Amino acid sequence: MSTTNELDTVVLAEDLDSPKRAGAFRRLLRNPLGIGALITLTAIIVLGQSAPLFGVHEPAFSSLDAVNAPIGTPEYLLGGDQYGRDILARLLFSINVSLISGAIGAGVSIVIGTVFGLIAGYIGRTTDAVTSWVFNLLMTFPALVLVLVLYPVTGGSYQIMMVIFGIFLAPGTYRLVRNMVVGVRSELYVDAARVAGLSNRRILSRHILFVVRGPIIISVAFLASSAIGIQAGLAFLGLGSTLVPSFGSMTGDAFANIYLHPEQLVWPSLLLALLTGSVILLGNAYRDALAGPQTPVRRKRTAPPLARREGASSAEATTPTAALLSVRNLRVRYPQADGGEKYVVDGVSLDVAPGEVVGLVGESGSGKTQTAFSILGLLPPEAGVEADVLSLAGESLLGVSPKEMRRLRGGVVAYIPQEPMSNLDPSYTVGNQLVEGLLSSMSRREAKRTVLELLERVGIRDPDRVFASYPHQISGGMAQRVLIAGAVASRPKLLIADEPTTALDVTVQAEILDLLRSLQNEFGMGVLMVTHNFGVVADLCDRVVVMRDGRAVETGAVRDIFHHPSEEYTRELVGAILDEETVRTDPAPAPGAPSAKEATR
Amino acid sequence: MNALLEISDLRLHYPRVGLRATPPDVLRGVSLQIAAGETLGLVGESGSGKTTLGRAVLGLAEPSAGTILFDGADITHLSAKRRRPLAKDIQVIFQDPYSSLNPAMQIADILAEPLVAQGATAADARGSVRSLLDKVGLPADAARRYPREFSGGQRQRVAIARSLALQPRLIVCDEPVSALDLTTQARVLDLLVDIQRETGVAYLFITHDLQVVRHVSHRIAVMYQGELVETGSAAEVTSSPQNEYTRSLLLASPTADPDRQRERRELRNALRANATDLVAQSR
Repeated sequence: MSTTNELDTVVLAEDLDSPKRAGAFRRLLRNPLGIGALITLTAIIVLGQSAPLFGVHEPAFSSLDAVNAPIGTPEYLLGGDQYGRDILARLLFSINVSLISGAIGAGVSIVIGTVFGLIAGYIGRTTDAVTSWVFNLLMTFPALVLVLVLYPVTGGSYQIMMVIFGIFLAPGTYRLVRNMVVGVRSELYVDAARVAGLSNRRILSRHILFVVRGPIIISVAFLASSAIGIQAGLAFLGLGSTLVPSFGSMTGDAFANIYLHPEQLVWPSLLLALLTGSVILLGNAYRDALAGPQTPVRRKRTAPPLARREGASSAEATTPTAALLSVRNLRVRYPQADGGEKYVVDGVSLDVAPGEVVGLVGESGSGKTQTAFSILGLLPPEAGVEADVLSLAGESLLGVSPKEMRRLRGGVVAYIPQEPMSNLDPSYTVGNQLVEGLLSSMSRREAKRTVLELLERVGIRDPDRVFASYPHQISGGMAQRVLIAGAVASRPKLLIADEPTTALDVTVQAEILDLLRSLQNEFGMGVLMVTHNFGVVADLCDRVVVMRDGRAVETGAVRDIFHHPSEEYTRELVGAILDEETVRTDPAPAPGAPSAKEATR
Repeated sequence: MNALLEISDLRLHYPRVGLRATPPDVLRGVSLQIAAGETLGLVGESGSGKTTLGRAVLGLAEPSAGTILFDGADITHLSAKRRRPLAKDIQVIFQDPYSSLNPAMQIADILAEPLVAQGATAADARGSVRSLLDKVGLPADAARRYPREFSGGQRQRVAIARSLALQPRLIVCDEPVSALDLTTQARVLDLLVDIQRETGVAYLFITHDLQVVRHVSHRIAVMYQGELVETGSAAEVTSSPQNEYTRSLLLASPTADPDRQRERRELRNALRANATDLVAQSR
C-alpha cells in the first residue's frame, strides 16, 4: 500500500472514534466569516421583505417639502432626494429589486448551464461537441452590449434584462458542470449503477449531480453578485423603468446631486456593497467548509527532530558494527483529533547489513511504509519520530538537519516508490529529470552521458528515445526502470524500495526483480524491500521482518519465516498464501453437460 | 450447447478520434463460453484486453464485430433501455473498492439501489439489505454507515453484496482481489467460491494473478494482445501449459518459497535465452 493509503487509514481510524462528523453547513456556521456573511445577508433580506411594515412612503411618492430634506427629518429618516422622495423607502424597496435580479440572473444561468452540462458531460461524443460549440459561441457575444441593444424589446423590464443576462452567464456554469461530470462519469460506481440497470436520469440525479453539487452552489454566489452588479450598473446608466427604485437608479440620482448633497450617495452604495460582499463571502465560506478539514483542526507544529529516548537499555542500544542500517525501538506517532497521540510505529528494531536484502512485510496499515519513510526522513511534519538508535552507514540520523538529510538521501540512501508514474513529473522529459539529480556533482554533458549509460544498464533498449520522452510516452514498467536508474545513479549504499512491483504485471514484475537483483549484486547495496507480496520476498530477500500494528512481530532468515514461522501471526500470513498445488477441482454445479465446455476455440 | 454466455469472434476497437486512422483492435476475435455455475478465469497482462472483454459483456464497451449471446439471446448491441432488464442476470464486481462505491451514499442505499431500479418498493429493498450483508459476512449495523468507514476488504464485500442483490446468473469479476491484502484476498476468494456453491452463479473472473485464478476457476483462458492463446481446465493450463506465452506467464509469477522461486527464475531465464537464440537463428 502506498503512503497516502496508510495515512488515510490513520485518518479513517480517527473518524470512527469521533462522533458523527459535522456537515458542511455546520462547519460553515463555525467559520466567523461565514456566519457574519450569513447574518448580514439574512438581515438585508428581512429588511427588504418587511419594507411595507416600516410605515415609510411609497418609493415613487414625491413631495416638494421633502426635496433634499436633511437626514433625520420626521417621516424622512434618511432624508429626501432631489425629487422629494423618501430615501429610506427607496432604499428598502431597492433591496427586493436587487435580490430578484440576483435570483433571476443566477437561476437562469444555473438551470441552463447545469442541465446542458450534465447532459453533455454524461452522454459525451456528438452531443457534447455540439453543446460545447453552442455555449462557446454564446460566450463570444458581448452580453452587456446585447442587453443594451435589446432594450426596446425588453421594454425596460429589469426582470427580462436579467433573464437575457442569465443566459449569457450560462456558459460559465455549463463548462464547470460539464468538466466535473466528465471526471465523475468514469468513476466505477457510475459504471456499477449502469450495470445495476439504473436509468440515465436516475444516475444523473442520484450519483452525478450529488457529487458535483458543491461547486455549483458556490458558483451561485458569484453569479448572483455579478447579476446584482450588472442590474445596478444598467439602472445607473438610466436603463429601465424609472418607477422601479433600485440601487443603480438611486446612485444615478445621487450622482447628479453629488455637489449639493454627497451624503445621498452613501446609502445605496453602502447597501449594495454589503449585499454583494456578503453573498460572495458566503460563497467563499461554503467553499472553505467543503474543502476544509474533516476533523477538528490539528495543532500546527513543526516536526520535532528525531529524538533519542532517555533511559534506553545499553543492551538494546548496542549497534552491530557491521550493520549498514541500524534501527532500535523506532516509534512514529501522529496527533489525534481528540488531542491524544497514536503510535503507528511502536518500537521497531531492524538491521540491514551491507549487501543484504531485508524484506519488511505486513498488511496495509501495519506501519511498514511509515518505518521506511522515517528512515528516509520523508514523513509529514505532524509526525513525531523517536528512536534509541537510527544510524545509517555509521552516521546517526537522530537530530540531523533537513539539509544534511537531503545530502544523505541524494548519496547514501535512495528510494524506489510504488507508483512509478506519479513519481515522474509529467511536464519534463525523463532525461531532464534524471540529469537534474546529478548536476550537483558533475557537468550537464557528463550527467547526460551517465544517465544514458544508466538507462542502458537498467535494460532500456533505446536509451536515447526514452531520454527524450515524456513520462506519459513510456509504459509503467519502463517508468519503474527509469526510477531505478535514478535511484542507483549516485551509487547508494542503501536502497529502500516501497512495493516497487505492486503496480506492475507479473511478467514486468519478474523483469524488475531480476534487474534489482543484478544491480544489488553489482553495487553491493543493502536493500530494504517493503512489500506485502511473499513471492517478491521469496525471490529477493535474505531476511524478513514481519510487521503488524506498528510492531515487528518476527524477524528471521527468509527460509525460517517460510518454513518454520514461530509467531502465530506469521503462520497466519504464510497460511494465507495461495499455494501452487491447489487447483479448484470441484465441478461446476451446472445441470448441463460439462463436456461442452472443452469445445472452446 | 447450453452455455450461459457464449462469445464468438468478438472484435472491438475504441472509437476513432478526429481524423486519425482507425485505432488497432483491442479484441481480435475472441471466442469463449461459460456454462451456468462455472467460473472461467481470464488471465492476461495489462493491455491484453481482458478488462475490455468484461466491459463488452456488461454493455459498457461497444464491440465492432462478433456476437455475445446470453442464455441464447443476442446481447451484443442492446439499447440502454433493452439492456436494463438484463441487470437481473448479469452483474459486476470491480477491482477498486474505493471508487466503485459512491462515497456520498450509505451502504443500505448502495445495496437497495439495484433492487429499486428493477421495480422493488423501497421498503422491500431495505428489507433485503440485511440478508445481503449477512451473506457477505458484514454486521447488520453496516447498513447505516458510509463507504469511507470501511477497509478495502470490507468495501469489496459491500460490492459483492451489491452484485448479489438481484440474484444474477453471471457476475463479471474484474480483478476483485488485486487491491486487497494477502489475508483479505484469501477470505474474499473463499467467500466468492462459497457464494457460487450456494447460488449457482457463474463467474467471468478477470485477473492478472495466476495464483488467484487457480483457486477459483474451473477453466482458465489466457489472453495475449487481444486474443485467447490458450483455454483449458484449470489443472491443465497451470500444470502443463501448451502455449509459450502461458508458460512464461506461469514462470514469471513468483512463488512463495525461496528455493522453488530460484528454480523458477532459472527456468524462466533459460526459456528467455532460448527464445532470443531462436530469434537470432531465424535472422
